[in-house]
Amino acid sequence: MRDEQDGAREERDLRLLTASSALIPPPSRGIRRAPNTGLAVVSLGLLALLLWSVVYPNASIVIGSFAGGLGAWREFAASPADLDALRGTVIVAIGSVVAALLLGVPLAFLLTRTEFRGRRLLGGVATLPAALPPLVGVLAFLFLYGESGVVTRIVQRMLGLHEPPWSLQGLTAVIFVHAYTMYVYVFLFVSAGLERYDTTLDEAALGLGASRGLLLRRVTLPLLMPAIAGAMLLVFMSALGSFSAPYVFGGGARVLATQILVSKLNGSIGLAYVETTVLAVTAVVALLLLRRMEGRRPTAMAGKGRATRAGARSGAARTLLPMLAAALVILLVLPHLMVVLVSFARDGAWTTQLLPPEYTLDNYRKLATERALWRPITNSIGMSAIATVANAIVCFAIAYVVVLSKAPGRRLVALVAALPWAIPATAIALGLAATFDRTAPLQLRVLLVGTFWILPLAYFIRNIPLVTSAIEGSLRQMDPTLEDAARGLGASRWLALRRVILPAARPGLVAGTMLAAVAAVGEFVASVVLYTHANRPISVEILAQVRSLSFGTAAAYSVLLILLVLAITVGARWAGDSRPARVPAG
Amino acid sequence: MSAPRPAAAPAADVPGALTLEGVSKRYAGNADPSVDDLSLSIAPGELVALVGASGSGKTTTLRIAAGYEAPDRGRVLTADERGSRDITHEPPQRRGFGMVFQHYALFPHMRVEENVAFGLEARGVGKAERLARARESLAGVGLGDKAARPVQALSGGEQQRVALARALVIAPRVLLLDEPLSNLDPTLRQTMRDELRLTLRRSGVTALFVTHDQEDAFAVADRVAMLSRGRLLQVGSPEALYHTPATREVAEFVGRAVMLPAEQRGDRVAITVEGVTLEAPARQPDGVARGPVSAVLRPESLVLALNLSAPAWRGEVLGRRFAGGHTVYRVRLANGAEVEVTGDGYGAAEGARTGVQLSGVPVAVVPA
Repeated sequence: MRDEQDGAREERDLRLLTASSALIPPPSRGIRRAPNTGLAVVSLGLLALLLWSVVYPNASIVIGSFAGGLGAWREFAASPADLDALRGTVIVAIGSVVAALLLGVPLAFLLTRTEFRGRRLLGGVATLPAALPPLVGVLAFLFLYGESGVVTRIVQRMLGLHEPPWSLQGLTAVIFVHAYTMYVYVFLFVSAGLERYDTTLDEAALGLGASRGLLLRRVTLPLLMPAIAGAMLLVFMSALGSFSAPYVFGGGARVLATQILVSKLNGSIGLAYVETTVLAVTAVVALLLLRRMEGRRPTAMAGKGRATRAGARSGAARTLLPMLAAALVILLVLPHLMVVLVSFARDGAWTTQLLPPEYTLDNYRKLATERALWRPITNSIGMSAIATVANAIVCFAIAYVVVLSKAPGRRLVALVAALPWAIPATAIALGLAATFDRTAPLQLRVLLVGTFWILPLAYFIRNIPLVTSAIEGSLRQMDPTLEDAARGLGASRWLALRRVILPAARPGLVAGTMLAAVAAVGEFVASVVLYTHANRPISVEILAQVRSLSFGTAAAYSVLLILLVLAITVGARWAGDSRPARVPAG
Repeated sequence: MSAPRPAAAPAADVPGALTLEGVSKRYAGNADPSVDDLSLSIAPGELVALVGASGSGKTTTLRIAAGYEAPDRGRVLTADERGSRDITHEPPQRRGFGMVFQHYALFPHMRVEENVAFGLEARGVGKAERLARARESLAGVGLGDKAARPVQALSGGEQQRVALARALVIAPRVLLLDEPLSNLDPTLRQTMRDELRLTLRRSGVTALFVTHDQEDAFAVADRVAMLSRGRLLQVGSPEALYHTPATREVAEFVGRAVMLPAEQRGDRVAITVEGVTLEAPARQPDGVARGPVSAVLRPESLVLALNLSAPAWRGEVLGRRFAGGHTVYRVRLANGAEVEVTGDGYGAAEGARTGVQLSGVPVAVVPA
């Protein structure tokens, strides 16, 4: 279920870091440098790189879907399984949006507008689901709510049932899992919207005699619409491309993202191409539709927001709210706790008991001592490091060209750099598999499939929009005349870049690369399509361990991933704080 | 206070359209109260300005009057044809007051006319009628042609007028205005002052407005209430505050003034600087208080010494400022005090030595 998580995380931060829309190049602003040959070469070089790595593979898929004329398309249209998968995809996407809204919006209001005991604690753990690496959440839900999960067994025993009270199967289960992981985006967006919200508008409406209902309907919600629509977009896109939740919990239910892999493994490549094309086109259409919704409302809110939290009004609320908060905190923390607990459980010993009966350090010892088990860890760290460094360099160049230069092709560079945002990871992965499966210099093809380099390339492509928009956000805040000032003082272009532009880009660069590293180190969706045994990353190994029912080992890997993510976050915070970059706003 | 008052109440006993009775409010975390035992009554149709420096508690007072804050102590009362009633704990949406916010708080997602019609929408007025009345109200503030615009398309002055129209269209019992002119540029501010008073007068509304600018207060209000550290220092007409300030603080806040130690001698006041004593008629012949007093010297109280035979304080001209019909000199007296002195512009150059005399205009006296 957390496959989409890294995609979703990048999307979330993309939205948080820059208000400009990802697919539409923002209007030029400030003073741009005059055309310059060096910059033009850089710009065109970037464009070529992006066309080759982003556009070419995806175009191959679309073209490939027509390789046998309309045959594959006819097969798709005639296949009940595929139509079922399309239907399932749309149901999951819409259901996830609704569920995430139902959870996220009230919680955001509660935490930003009300004061009650336990508010800080709840606020602290509210975003925890987004901090779970891909697949780890799936694992935790399996341990908790699966057929032999802890919560399932407790409920079963309390009710004295012979059968488990529910089964974590089908589209409902997928939506349930998504609700837990994706409500965070709604919560974050709406909270951010409420923080910026000018509460004198509410006061004005109340002063004019509006009831609470009218206030909400006519003023508050319409003004939060950009935030809500942004979050809906994110959840929709994430759920659309969601892979691991349907993969693990789907049961008989199908969605396109998993159907693609099924078709590929069955050797129906043409059908897989059609499915991928349909999924990508659906995603892009949804993106454009929701973006219109997001952009239609004016977002400008003048005045000073006065974020006062009111105490609960009624006595009932005063006793119920802390209880509700406590229950939510437990629900939110439980998956993390469960993974840690299981990581100490002896594999095979946990059968019918409520909790694992035996505890051991063996799972961790095995990871450290067995070469085959250690390999995925070094693989993930190495591949994500390579991808992240490439992201930092290339995306800084893209952001510089797009924001501060007048180089030819920069609008197209901005557009293509945002493209991977709209394309589900499965589609990106399949595109790479279809394009770099052989070496053909005239077709610009290099054999990468089956080599070490295919996964870093996939991570790199997936993270281009995230890192680019983070750096762009920082550069946009820079006073564009600063570079001119530096040049006017006699600085060379290189000195100006090093001493003026880089410090200005630093906050976005640090934040963007941090998020990219976090996403890459736990990446699952593209990995599961493209991995080989030699370069399998942690996430794929987790799935393999789950398959062989080695839950303890899988959980130990998961804990390790959580720690890696934590280390990256802490490291980035340290890098961000050590030398504060002060950038005057333009 | 819920019992209806007799219909034919004597004029002197007309209940205030808005009355604050001993209102106090202290925010959690603050040592001192923001509003301290404040009482103020506003007669129907009266325009009252609440002035004070920032942090004096004027906005808190206004928010208590509007119902956005509840006072720790004291009562808020309103009176209408049904009599006087306690509204201390009534929420803002039930008070029927209008409010104009400092940043106007116009709904950015609504057109101008929708903004103005919102209060009518809350009162269940049908769409056609409320839009018609909104346009009428907009015409009343000279924005009849901007009704269909988005609010962001308006200038600051126009937004201010929309906020006013929005507050007035619901025919509020009381209109509350929070720094309504502070966001306008100085030139526009001059015109808007007069326009604001005209609009308020024409609508006959009772208004309490908060400002830190005494010129705003003087131009718009019938009465001015001066607030400092949560306490009411003085309430009166602009003239009363200027000519007979109750305290040094009022004197300093209202107009330009320099306070010098003085001695009240019957209906005259005597001021001594470096051994030279000058006298002027006192504004308050009865005196203000026992104990030491200070004389409030305004630019028009002093002149450059033309009559060299009469006694004068000695001083040095530090600077001069041409102010239209006259010139104001800044003079440092021999005792170090800097005063402002009115002159004709031909008297003295900067750096010149000069004499300063009292002009003979009555001088106010405040407790030292």
